[in-house]
Amino acid sequence: MSFLPHHDGSSFFDFLTQHHPELRPGLHDITMQRAGVSVDLGRPSMLPVPHGTTVLALKYRDGAIIAGDRRATEGFQIADRRIEKVFRIDEYSAMAIAGAAGPCIEMAKLFQTELEHYEKLEGVQLSCEGKANKLGQMVKANLPMVFQGLVVMPLYVGYDLKRKEGRIFKYDITGGRYEESDHHSIGSGGKDARNTMREHYRLGLDEEAALRVGLLALYNAADEDVGTGGPDLVRGIYPTAKLVSDAGITDVPESRVRALYETMIAERRRS
Amino acid sequence: MPLPYYVSPEQMMQDKAEYAKKGIAKGRSIIALEYVDGIVLAADNPSSSLHKVSEVYDRIAFAGAGKYSEFEHLRKAGIRHADLTGYMYSREDVSARTLSNAYSQSLGTAFSTDVKPLEVEILVVQVGINGQANEIFRISFDGSIVDEKSFAVIGGRSEAVQQYLREHATPQPPTLKDGLRRCLSALEQVATQKIPSENLEVAVLDWHRQGRKFRRLTSADISLLLV
Repeated sequence: MSFLPHHDGSSFFDFLTQHHPELRPGLHDITMQRAGVSVDLGRPSMLPVPHGTTVLALKYRDGAIIAGDRRATEGFQIADRRIEKVFRIDEYSAMAIAGAAGPCIEMAKLFQTELEHYEKLEGVQLSCEGKANKLGQMVKANLPMVFQGLVVMPLYVGYDLKRKEGRIFKYDITGGRYEESDHHSIGSGGKDARNTMREHYRLGLDEEAALRVGLLALYNAADEDVGTGGPDLVRGIYPTAKLVSDAGITDVPESRVRALYETMIAERRRS
Repeated sequence: MPLPYYVSPEQMMQDKAEYAKKGIAKGRSIIALEYVDGIVLAADNPSSSLHKVSEVYDRIAFAGAGKYSEFEHLRKAGIRHADLTGYMYSREDVSARTLSNAYSQSLGTAFSTDVKPLEVEILVVQVGINGQANEIFRISFDGSIVDEKSFAVIGGRSEAVQQYLREHATPQPPTLKDGLRRCLSALEQVATQKIPSENLEVAVLDWHRQGRKFRRLTSADISLLLV
């Protein structure tokens, strides 16, 4: 059936690889070589691509919070002030990204389709662990792009309905998947955010307190790292955050983030 | 060398059609009916895990009657088609019309070229949002496609069910409760026996829902609606 090609298996990613390789991320190295962009495995090329920067996740009493700043940079220029780095993937999972913005957004979109595709074909959702592993395979498939400087680094947060807890997974460029017990942050300001969270994080924080720690970590990261955008009071741009709990994925309204930052800034203001 | 027997094309098509119809007639019926908030799909299905009704995309659902392995294959192919279109372009570009055409082409080709025709009849329905009309397409084993209004029936004794629904049609779309009851009595009439609610597979496309409109009703939901 040419109109509806035959395919076995429940993975949309595999379907693309087999039937539409031109649409699958990570296979661009072939097209890049054809286009005359040099591929030197030893030295990442300096393509001017926007980069996403500080994103973090931390657990709280009812699940986990995932948050990120809004800045994308291109070299020493700001490419975008309002970019979204935190994505809702399905009913119970969200991911945040750091790295080259284009491939990052593409991976988030593909991951969304992948999970929904599996759910519709099989009639059940993948387990939290299964989703995390699948994302690892997608990161691994992106490895050829890494050599061209197009790194995609996700941070995955899912609510595990069986264990009744939020779970945080981090990755390395080879697709290695590591579970974090409390909190984690990635991106150019990741280290600063991790330092803040280490100092202020406590087990079993309530929603408000955990959100405050997360936003404080982003504030401190923006203070230290040029690639991370802090709250922009003039334009009214604030970091975004999502709550991942048994109620599903909930966006933290901008007004709440703004109120928390205003209190934080008022406390810090000299005179 | 012995010559193969000559069979006229008319005869061949007729035989194939008869074969396919016989296969479909063995199965039970499935109804798609417009109700006030969208479309309800109801099937007489004793199995709770082998579904006849399924989600395809945000606003689109699929129902298949006839041979399970064959319509299951079509269902999966349809989901791939829809997900690919949505991934390549945008979620709103996935439409029941395009999908029905792909089904129609595939079934038509299979009917005329394959030795064995597919013994299936399928429904592709799409709920209209923002005041758009609902779309109900019925596609037969030979690829013929019919754009139905307000309700459609596929499977075993579809004509008798259709007759019942036509007689009991109301000018205004019914509520979910009334619509489901009407579906149940139509199915019971041709089955000439009571259908317990656990043997009923029901799903709705409800335009009030955010994002994905498809919802499968649990047997508790169904008995609550039927009391």
